[in-house]
Amino acid sequence: MRHLLSTKQLSREEAIRILDVAEDMSDTQQRAVKKLPTLRGKTVVNLFFEDSTRTRISFEAAAKRLSADVINFAAKGSSVSKGESLKDTAQTLAAIGADGVVIRHSASGAPAVLAGSGWIDAGVVNAGDGTHEHPTQALLDAFTMRRRLHGAGSRGRDLDGVHVVIVGDIVHSRVARSNLWLLRTLGAEVTFVAPPTLLPSAVGAWPATVRYDLDEALAEQPDVVMMLRIQSERMHEAFFPNPREYSRQWGLSAERWATLPGSALVMHPGPMIRGLEISDEAADSSQSTILEQVANGVAVRMAVLFLSMTGSEAANPTETEIA
Amino acid sequence: MTARTVLQQADINRALTRIAHEILESAKGGSDLVLLGIPTRGVVLAERLAAILRGIEPGLPVDVVGALDVTMYRDDLAHHPTRTPQPTSIPASGIDGRTVVLVDDVLYSGRTIRAALDAIGDLGRPCAVRLAVLVDRGHRELPIRADFVGKNLPSSTSERINVRLLETDGVEEVSIES
Amino acid sequence: MTAHLIRSATLVDGSRADLLVRDGVVVELGAGLSAAGATVIEADGLLALPGLVDLHTHLREPGGEASETVLTGSQAAAAGGFTAVNAMANSSPVADTAGVVEQVQALGELAGYVTVRPIGAVSKGLAGEQLSEIGAMATSRAKVRVFSDDGHCVSDALLMRRALEYIKGFDGVLAQHAQDPRLTIGAQMNEGALSAELGLAGWPAVAEESIIARDVLLAEHVGARLHICHLSTAGSVEVVRWAKARGIAVTAEVTPHHLLLTEQLIAGGAPAPLDGAYDARFKVNPPLRREEDVLALRAALADGTIDIVATDHAPHTAEAKQCEWAAAANGMVGLETALPVVHQTMVETGLLDWVGVARVLSSEPARIGRVEGHGHAIAAGAPAEFTLYDPAARRDFGTAQLAGKSINSPYLGRSLPGRIVATFHGRPTVLDGAVLAPELVSGS
Repeated sequence: MRHLLSTKQLSREEAIRILDVAEDMSDTQQRAVKKLPTLRGKTVVNLFFEDSTRTRISFEAAAKRLSADVINFAAKGSSVSKGESLKDTAQTLAAIGADGVVIRHSASGAPAVLAGSGWIDAGVVNAGDGTHEHPTQALLDAFTMRRRLHGAGSRGRDLDGVHVVIVGDIVHSRVARSNLWLLRTLGAEVTFVAPPTLLPSAVGAWPATVRYDLDEALAEQPDVVMMLRIQSERMHEAFFPNPREYSRQWGLSAERWATLPGSALVMHPGPMIRGLEISDEAADSSQSTILEQVANGVAVRMAVLFLSMTGSEAANPTETEIA
Repeated sequence: MTARTVLQQADINRALTRIAHEILESAKGGSDLVLLGIPTRGVVLAERLAAILRGIEPGLPVDVVGALDVTMYRDDLAHHPTRTPQPTSIPASGIDGRTVVLVDDVLYSGRTIRAALDAIGDLGRPCAVRLAVLVDRGHRELPIRADFVGKNLPSSTSERINVRLLETDGVEEVSIES
Repeated sequence: MTAHLIRSATLVDGSRADLLVRDGVVVELGAGLSAAGATVIEADGLLALPGLVDLHTHLREPGGEASETVLTGSQAAAAGGFTAVNAMANSSPVADTAGVVEQVQALGELAGYVTVRPIGAVSKGLAGEQLSEIGAMATSRAKVRVFSDDGHCVSDALLMRRALEYIKGFDGVLAQHAQDPRLTIGAQMNEGALSAELGLAGWPAVAEESIIARDVLLAEHVGARLHICHLSTAGSVEVVRWAKARGIAVTAEVTPHHLLLTEQLIAGGAPAPLDGAYDARFKVNPPLRREEDVLALRAALADGTIDIVATDHAPHTAEAKQCEWAAAANGMVGLETALPVVHQTMVETGLLDWVGVARVLSSEPARIGRVEGHGHAIAAGAPAEFTLYDPAARRDFGTAQLAGKSINSPYLGRSLPGRIVATFHGRPTVLDGAVLAPELVSGS
């Protein structure tokens, strides 16, 4: 797997393989010596055109735990803010000698353009592109669900029959899209809950059940409830009248949280806006996986970097290696 | 390609029994032994050795077998298709201060064992590390030698040594393909 | 000027003829012609079509010379069999005064490959607020008859009404780029299941259809001529059909790319080198739509609901296309490929015959744009404006077949039929499939 650009292109076997390798990585993170020598001498560039401390730190930790050298490129204040193109930035990094590029960009498709361009000869990992995909987030979410549901017996297993409800700004969420494709590939059922303005107009073509009413969705006793962050700027574009109404209709309040089965997971990709899309009670409960999602993120990203940057396919990439 | 069998099931069992005795003898009893098999067949062999050891020395501690995957420590990852690591499991009592016996099916260039030594170094500090292999086929590229050997099988680099065990392959034999 | 004898060409009605061209005129049309001293062009198996007329081209000059100039755009046009093009007004400075349109026309005459008819902006600076100097442009040497803010929609209903009324006084036609700006903020591709999947902001069909619906009613109310640029949806076809049935003076154009390409290509799978996902050479405004839209547009062109094919030739530099989708410019070059694409999508499918091709690519565009001296049938005594086309050829299209300055074509690597062998704009501009050098063509 040279490039990881999306979860849509991952087969069930590929997805389970990544999660299983992440299990091994996760085990090493429990040891006293958390470092592995696997990527020693390789250089990973964090090419972040969009601000993000959390994801960048997670990838940086993952790369360093594999003994890779890490170079952080933040677009703000760099030559890009002065108008340098993606192509020139990529060629500069190629000249420095990057073996792997982790790219986050506000333009959907930028990682695909980079991977197919020939400007840089490195494995490309998509850390979030516009409203398109955020594959490592979906992988760490699936890893978290699998761990919580199957514990030590997670290796080799999928999420067959697991019902996941995703609530929030679906139309603008790359996390929602990546989760939809991956969860379906792993056999899970997905329900989207949002006001019609926050759903793509063509959502009917997607393999998800759509509901406008959160209480109805929760009455089905789902196994996982995943809350997405709401950006209040959407209020000014008439997606919803105000945060108060949004919270009342689609927020995971303490009352709603209390209706969930005790085994149900409460997830959030972070950062949360407490009191808006999620209440303190839900966020801090034992059902909440929010902190372990962060820890699992490092293990999953270690697995992705390992699979992307080792193996003879890394030296001789073919078209079929693009995921 | 012709294959000739060099070890049958009975030969393999005899070899493992002899190795088990040699391990016990050199360790002066089994109280601080840990057998770490290198996946996949090394783990099978380690478990068989432990069963034989328990037969000889009933006082052997319960958690004496583990698995040590060395994929992340290999130096040749770029030369083969991507490998999927197998699980590593170390006995709960750990390896510090104990005698670790690495168990593998075939010893060839020695690079797998070098990687295993690095992996052990990140897991703890045993008081000694020994190596038990079912087959030593020569052609070492590093200064590594086995302490306990089932069979020495000098072979040419153009030949292939195949180890098949009941638990993993359904049959039991060691053969050379040339 | 030398004389040319074109031997045994096939005319659009299927008959064979020899053409004798001298001093810019077809002096004789018949069988078995001979002329001593004339250069002979063997045209057995070649179609002689009236010179193509493009109602919608972007020549980029003044201001955008990095991607195209009047000279190079004219060369691209000649290579595609065109003898006249209408140059859109979104240059820099905008063509909203007599000075700019006269300059563009003069540059076209100097280049000499095609007749360049400048289009005047509807609003000053294309800002959609005040009328531009329409009268001055109409009465200038450029005699502007087509007015358009293309690139932008004349979205304010009151301004659209006033513009239709005012342009009427100069026998003009208002060519509207139908795109409600409020429904297409940040839009990147057709709105639908694919745009949702690719994470690209959608450009919904209703943003085009609602403007057309409003504008045909305004045109009816005011009694003015309205032309709809680059129609792209099945719904738009329905609106225009309804309007024509009511007798409204509306005409419509479709681009070659909207007759062939769909949004699916953005997800990848086109022939190499355009096979990657998010290849910005497929980014255009209005966007590539669905298969159903392509089929509806073809049927509408065949039955006359859509009157003409116009290229919307939009050159861009390599940097403007070799980047992430959101940063890429909208537009495709299309002068060189218009005839082959119409051939493949309309003639090979049996929807249009060559008489129909001459109508949609030559006579009707000339009539709508009031382009004199073009669009007429090839006949004795008429100006020599025609192109010789080999319909039996077929090849993979490559940058070598592009004659303009830019290479942002969506057809690279794709097999297309036909080959333009020669073009005559009074004098030859293309011979043996190659554009002639400027010295041989220049009007200076």
